[in-house]
Amino acid sequence: MGPVLAGVLQLLALIAALALAYIPLGNYLARVYSCDQHWRVERWIYKGIGANPDVEMRWTAYLRGVLAFSVVGVLFLYLLQRIQGVLPGSLGFASIDPDQAFNTAVSFVTNTNWQSYYGEQAMGHVVQTAGLAVQNFVSAAVGIAVAVALVRGFARSRTGELGNFWADLVRGTVRVLVPGAAIAAVVLVACGAIQNFSGIHEVGQFMGGSRQWNGGAVASQEAIKELGTNGGGYFNANSAHPFENPTPFSNLFEIFLILVIPFALTRAFGLMVGSVKQGYAILATMGTIWVGFVALMMWTEFAHHGPAFDIAGGAYEGKEVRFGVGASSIFATSTTLTSTGAVDSFHSSFTGLGGGITLLGMMLGEIAPGGTGSGLYGMLIMAVIAVFVAGLMVGRTPEYLGKKIGSREIKSAACYILITPALVLVFTAFAMALPTPAHSMTNSGAHGFSEILYAYTSAANNNGSAFAGLNADTHWFNTTLGLCMLLGRFLPMVFVLALAGSLAEQTPVPATAGTLRTEKPLFTGLLVGAVLIIAGLTYFPALALGPLAEGLAS
Amino acid sequence: MNNSVANTGRLLGAALRALVVLTVLTGAVYPLAVTGVAQAFFHDKANGSEIKADGKVVGSSLIGQQGYGLDYFQPRPANGVGENSVNRQYTLILSGATNRSGDNPELIEWVKEAKAKVIKENSVPGYTVKAAQVPADAVTSSGSGLDPHISPQYAALQVHRVAQRNGLSVAQVRKLVDDHTEGRTLGFIGEPRVNVLELNIALRGLVEGS
Repeated sequence: MGPVLAGVLQLLALIAALALAYIPLGNYLARVYSCDQHWRVERWIYKGIGANPDVEMRWTAYLRGVLAFSVVGVLFLYLLQRIQGVLPGSLGFASIDPDQAFNTAVSFVTNTNWQSYYGEQAMGHVVQTAGLAVQNFVSAAVGIAVAVALVRGFARSRTGELGNFWADLVRGTVRVLVPGAAIAAVVLVACGAIQNFSGIHEVGQFMGGSRQWNGGAVASQEAIKELGTNGGGYFNANSAHPFENPTPFSNLFEIFLILVIPFALTRAFGLMVGSVKQGYAILATMGTIWVGFVALMMWTEFAHHGPAFDIAGGAYEGKEVRFGVGASSIFATSTTLTSTGAVDSFHSSFTGLGGGITLLGMMLGEIAPGGTGSGLYGMLIMAVIAVFVAGLMVGRTPEYLGKKIGSREIKSAACYILITPALVLVFTAFAMALPTPAHSMTNSGAHGFSEILYAYTSAANNNGSAFAGLNADTHWFNTTLGLCMLLGRFLPMVFVLALAGSLAEQTPVPATAGTLRTEKPLFTGLLVGAVLIIAGLTYFPALALGPLAEGLAS
Repeated sequence: MNNSVANTGRLLGAALRALVVLTVLTGAVYPLAVTGVAQAFFHDKANGSEIKADGKVVGSSLIGQQGYGLDYFQPRPANGVGENSVNRQYTLILSGATNRSGDNPELIEWVKEAKAKVIKENSVPGYTVKAAQVPADAVTSSGSGLDPHISPQYAALQVHRVAQRNGLSVAQVRKLVDDHTEGRTLGFIGEPRVNVLELNIALRGLVEGS
């Protein structure tokens, strides 16, 4: 069997596994966010918080909950890093500098997991497990909560109420992420991922002498890093490191973890709005884009155009032998079409076009299938835009799921899709225009530009992967990328919740013969087109200067 | 105004309590429980899959090593790893890739040099390595810089050299490589590979035994 066929079979196996999980997990998610029973442990947690989980919130109250929880999260994580030097259980590692601590705190709270630090030399056990990994759970739970609030906006009428933020946060963590991650972590340990609290210890070497090695609670962090589409590695090499991702099977399993919740949420969405077919239409859109991107990525990586790869005879730079080109291509595409940013191979050393595909995946807004929660709400915003465009074409007031898309709704959606491109392009332009940021580049020319464009795209879209040649541990990058992550996470959430609030207040309009059937393949086609055209028009000039120039030159 | 300040304070208080409670659950109970299960049922794996030769730990089967002498099988290049720049009381390997792009002059140079080196080192009397025989993994650095594996092609290319330098027959060494070649999981997951450390341990055993 050749590597191309093996790559295709791995893709098919992955699709089969996701298909098997789709209905049970989707049903479970819908139940979690719809039932009115509380588990006993949840009652204890609500008592600890001092919140009544049965109080309904309007969109503004829901948003205040999201923001308050995130502000506290950033401050706590910042402080934890700043006092690491005196914190027990930290291997004697020094405290993190203010700009890097700010960047890292924001990065993990916003589900980005951009890392300007090297995990193995900078972060001790306590910061990793009680700081970073905690945000891996709760930032993902916040993402799902906001998506569920938007779904309730579609499902409910003549009310402004969107549910209770604390209840959604706690349920997502307790009922979905903790059990899922626990099972996944044990599977990863069984493959060989390490899970211990050893200090840095000497390990004998074959040719004599010894080397110092880190221990760590790696498997437990790896599991939620993928399941919560976070992506922050315990080690610098992330999921390329054999202790994080030891075998070909663990690799495929990690890709599965990345994708399983974002895809299954479309089923929960369908159930909650009372038509699973609406969920299938969204799923089909996400699936089409994802499969298309994976196919393109495999094609360009196996073709390996580029001077160094031609001499080497393959695009193996930055890739591990046990994964090969095929599985590395699937991982790279999946991590950038979601908000994960974990890597099992290094995107900077992909072919010019392959690097462009990872960039474009993020630029679509990470909606195919996107991050936990953020993928669903991002795609629903695009659906609103697509319905609006279709409405303009036939001259009717657009409707989606029985709700009118009036001026209030379309303003929220339009603001949502403008924020991230504005952040990416403005900050990239400043970084290129100023004299010093360019000193951080490892590569020059088109690829150097791509390094900077990639950094801001990754931060503003809350992805976290990098063209890691860029030395991002400078005051400029720590600060501006931190700002990008903050604004790129919370401003869109403001508009999502505002949209949810106005949808929930509406009286549904009955479907007529003239209503656009949003559960049909025609709509899926329209939506795929809208996603690609909007991102394409926005970013084409920037892409042409970077990866396209590099890809076409080789 | 006072009212809204008080409300904000109450909200931030609730948020802080939520964070503390969830930190206990996801930052203490969860990792400790996973560690308990891991240590009880997968003790060796959870502690780094260390392997011993002659009763001594000689590394981890998952972590590639550099610096094997030419009597042994060579691993992939690792131009991306570094040493720690902070917390210098330790000497740590920083895992990582080179992050050089396909048109980067330095990478082109590295690949050319590596290829020339592989050809030169492995061409021994009676066996000449051709440029087309050298697989891509032999001349490129991995993502982690700690790749424990090489491709079976790269191992095969080293067989003659290893056999000559150790006074073994080519057939003996080839069999050794075959015994340490792992196929794709279930026939299609990942790529075929040879674990360099395990192969070299077996080689040393064969040399010492003969």
